[in-house]
Amino acid sequence: MKFSKIQLAAAAVATMGALLAAPAHAGKTLDAIKARGSVVCGVNTGLAGFAQADSSGKWSGLDIDVCKALAAAVLSDPEKVKYVPLNAQQRFTALQSGEIDVLARNTTFTLTRDASLGLSLTVANFYDGQGFMVPVKSKIKSAKQLKGQTVCVQSGTTTEKNLTDYSKANNLNIKPVVFEKVEAATGAYFSGRCIAYTTDASGLSSVRSKEAKDPAEHLILPELISKEPLGPMVRRGDDEWFAIVKWVVYGTMEAEEYGVTQANVDQMKASSADPVVQRLLGGGNEDTGKLLGLDKDWMARVIKAVGNYGESFERNVGPKTPLNLPRGVNNLWNKGGLMYAYPIR
Amino acid sequence: MVYSTPHLKAHTMTEKPPPPKKTWSWRSQAFRGLVYQIIAFAVIASGLWWLASNTLYNMQVRGIQSGFDFLWGPAGFDIGESLYPFDSSQPYWQAFLIGLTNTLRVAIIGIILTTILGTLLGVGRFSRNALVRGLCYAYVELFRNVPVLLQLLMWYLLFTEALPMAVDAWTLGPLFLSKGGLSFPIPIWATGHLWGFFGLIAGCFVAWGYRRWAIRKFEATGQLRSMFWIPLLLTIVAGVLGWLAGGAPAELNSPVKGEFAIENGGSLTPEFLAVLIGLTAYTAAFVAEVVRSGIQSVSRGQGEAAAALGLSQGHSMKLVQLPQALRVIIPPMTNQFLNLTKNSSLAVAIGYPDVVSIANTALNQTGRAVECIAIVMLVYLTTSLATSLLMNWYNSRSAIKER
Amino acid sequence: MTAQTFQPIAAREAPVKTEGLVAWIRINLFSDVPTSLMTLLVGGILLYTVPQFLSWALFRASWLPDYDACRVEGVGACWGVVTEKYRFILFGRYPFEEQWRPLLATALMLALLAASCMRAFWKPWLVILWVVVLGVFFTLMYGNTLGLSKVETDRWGGLPLTILLASLSMVMAFPIAMVVALGRRSNLPAIRTFCTIYVELIRGVPLISVLFMASFMFPLFMPQGVSIDVLIRVLVGITLFAAAYMAEVIRGGLQAIPKGQLEAAASLGLSYWQTQRKIVLPQALAMVVPSIMNNFIGLFKDTSLVTIVSLYELTGALSLALNSDANWRPFKIEGYLFITMIYFFFCFSMSRYSIWVEKQVNKGKAS
Repeated sequence: MKFSKIQLAAAAVATMGALLAAPAHAGKTLDAIKARGSVVCGVNTGLAGFAQADSSGKWSGLDIDVCKALAAAVLSDPEKVKYVPLNAQQRFTALQSGEIDVLARNTTFTLTRDASLGLSLTVANFYDGQGFMVPVKSKIKSAKQLKGQTVCVQSGTTTEKNLTDYSKANNLNIKPVVFEKVEAATGAYFSGRCIAYTTDASGLSSVRSKEAKDPAEHLILPELISKEPLGPMVRRGDDEWFAIVKWVVYGTMEAEEYGVTQANVDQMKASSADPVVQRLLGGGNEDTGKLLGLDKDWMARVIKAVGNYGESFERNVGPKTPLNLPRGVNNLWNKGGLMYAYPIR
Repeated sequence: MVYSTPHLKAHTMTEKPPPPKKTWSWRSQAFRGLVYQIIAFAVIASGLWWLASNTLYNMQVRGIQSGFDFLWGPAGFDIGESLYPFDSSQPYWQAFLIGLTNTLRVAIIGIILTTILGTLLGVGRFSRNALVRGLCYAYVELFRNVPVLLQLLMWYLLFTEALPMAVDAWTLGPLFLSKGGLSFPIPIWATGHLWGFFGLIAGCFVAWGYRRWAIRKFEATGQLRSMFWIPLLLTIVAGVLGWLAGGAPAELNSPVKGEFAIENGGSLTPEFLAVLIGLTAYTAAFVAEVVRSGIQSVSRGQGEAAAALGLSQGHSMKLVQLPQALRVIIPPMTNQFLNLTKNSSLAVAIGYPDVVSIANTALNQTGRAVECIAIVMLVYLTTSLATSLLMNWYNSRSAIKER
Repeated sequence: MTAQTFQPIAAREAPVKTEGLVAWIRINLFSDVPTSLMTLLVGGILLYTVPQFLSWALFRASWLPDYDACRVEGVGACWGVVTEKYRFILFGRYPFEEQWRPLLATALMLALLAASCMRAFWKPWLVILWVVVLGVFFTLMYGNTLGLSKVETDRWGGLPLTILLASLSMVMAFPIAMVVALGRRSNLPAIRTFCTIYVELIRGVPLISVLFMASFMFPLFMPQGVSIDVLIRVLVGITLFAAAYMAEVIRGGLQAIPKGQLEAAASLGLSYWQTQRKIVLPQALAMVVPSIMNNFIGLFKDTSLVTIVSLYELTGALSLALNSDANWRPFKIEGYLFITMIYFFFCFSMSRYSIWVEKQVNKGKAS
């Protein structure tokens, strides 16, 4: 069989053309969720109080409640969530690539993450700070005594950078021992390799309650060396989904402000005299959900599923839990904290 | 007699030149080969183009920044262990350099220790003592069949659990061994040390000259002179002379027990020790097998012929058997050295700041996943390719030439 | 002539025994002074350490899944870690009630691997058997059909994951490796360059960077909205890695075929592919089977690295099991020893098998 040169060239070009697939259009996240029938939520692999799976695979925690709230708002069923456990290194690429819809993984909002990763920071639902944990035996009472000491830290988090900044600012010459996995870092601390372990203060409480042989033998130092506003993050470019996540979180705070709880939400919706509450819960003629692309009962379902912000806090990290964190700055704005929900109207 | 060759005459000058060899026909092998190559090129090139365009599009849509300019920005993180001081305000590329020196540090020392231990184990398999033979065999089988990551984790666990806290450190003279690592006194740098260093360099030249003289003497008279110990002695003596000439500075920075940790002095962290000892123990098992197969590959006749010529056991080993065994040993040995260097990347699991660990931190802080991973792969590729080229050259030089 | 009585010469001493236990001890342990000293030294060290180790590991050990029993003074190894956590270590985060599924799947896979090693099974229908067993494996593990509940791949872990990763990537890497090895030796410069670049690129970098690339960069390579399972990403990474090493091994085998074989095939009129299929590959592959087994052993050990990209196979499952449980964490070393024994068992059996195969292959050859 004879081929002319032109026929050959045409065959080559056709092969190339057939193999080129234009990348698919960026789909809207909300449509994708509705089509899929579940919200894909990126969470921590296991941090008590924020995202923890028990031995039968049921997840619970502050971040888990955000995921459940989103599922309740969009799909009417808080159980329609697929949880994807991610470690610190995978979390941003998973969100960037579309593997997950929202990252609720106690992630700090910083400039770099807002500006250079192609992600958007929604609303902080937990204000935290970085601290240190030391054994009581070491008799260290303040972070300034850590001059020249070794501190265990996990790589891939803002913790490493904050530690360096603090060390430099206070001339402490701290020697970090950096581990890839958080289990290795805590293991090294508990075996005595480092004199201190550093991460967000809530993480310190969680680690101390779960992993220390005797929690009373470890002291969390009083200094908070950084601001760590934690909250859910979404991809840039989808303002609709961004608004939904933001207002669901604000809605839980507004519910606490106006006394709507998981127990009384139905009764409040039916018979509350306060127009703000009616607007929040979609009672009467109010329909704030329509503007977001949801239906009018969106917030009522959220509160029914996870309660208001205060209830979620108490249930997951409050005084009755092993973490025993005080409300502190995580209280409502009119009670001395920083939780200021924008008005839902 | 002149033969008349009318048939031949007819073929000169009036015949057409032979047809060209290339025909654009499927039956020609050269043409088929060209077609296959074009198709393969088209497939691979368009596949790569598709991947690249997807990546660029995705990065643009998600607002991910790219480029290597971040390498000149300040690092913003400290490195726990480095050969020379590093400050967090220095640029990223210097942080990567520190990671590279850490990797090379553990790789080079590991290679030296592995060669020694592996050779001892390999030779031990031929010992006359059954206990030694059995122990070497048990060691090799045990360490070869367990994953290296697991071994590193176990060594690290051993070091952090079994060693005492710094306040109760074990002391051996001026050395301290504790959870903080092995602390030892280091000399404080003075000009005398520079003199000593120059003395060492001069000693190297003297040793090289001695070796050339010794080889000439051997080829002329057959008298064997020490080729290793005497040059080594010459080098060390020259270094010591230089040090003495520089004023013999002997101040040491000795470690002392501080409040929570050992202060001053030089130290090797438990991470470094765990990576070094773990990798050495693992790779030595493979090197032992390589050495064993090399020694076995030399036929017995060589040793017997050497004995028939009157060579002693030691000379026969050194002049006849070992050079032949080395030809078989060196290529797989180089492979093991490469494996050791690549396995040092697992140090990221134990907290040793090698180049993979630093790249990981940089990746998380800047979000430039593609660039950081590319740098890591480039570092390892350069090392491996250089060694591969050397090995291929040696391989082709010593391969048995076939027709 | 006086009668000469027969005067026997003095009886010679009996020959030194070279058989029997006493003779063996004398020859191997006490043949000369340095050897004897070495025996005494090494023997002394062994007599000192081995009983202590055995007492710690076996006689004084606690086998009950009760951590208080382990903290009693004088107790040796705490194998309670294993008896308490063995299901988590072996099966990872797979749902507790459904763990019979990975157990059955692993048993089937191991039976298949063992069968593939025996000569009686080296028939064409082995390929079909492989396909069937792999299908059954995935159905059992993933579920979602036949009344089995769905279990997502991120919950797979432990020993089934190790075996799946190792066997599947080996099986998939083999055809790729053959093509690449042949390509590297081909006369066509473009194909040869591509294959060389691929092999040298992959062999030059550590597996951990290939895994990082698979988990960080694959999502960027794919079009928007296409998301690939983590398990598949890791499988592709490991397969590409294994294929490069196997290609080198096969190329070594191809190099060892004497040129005369190719010339004889050409003189018989066989085409390139017929030569490869009928003459070259059977000889080359038979030669390199021990090396391929070595590759498989290495791959089996390398699956432990996927812990770093958060797939919890055997090593990762152990860390997960012990790190979140403060009561058992002091006994981590016993957990490590447990999975060391599992790995050792598998890898040692495989290396013994490869020695057997080598003997089988060399039977036909003159020594």
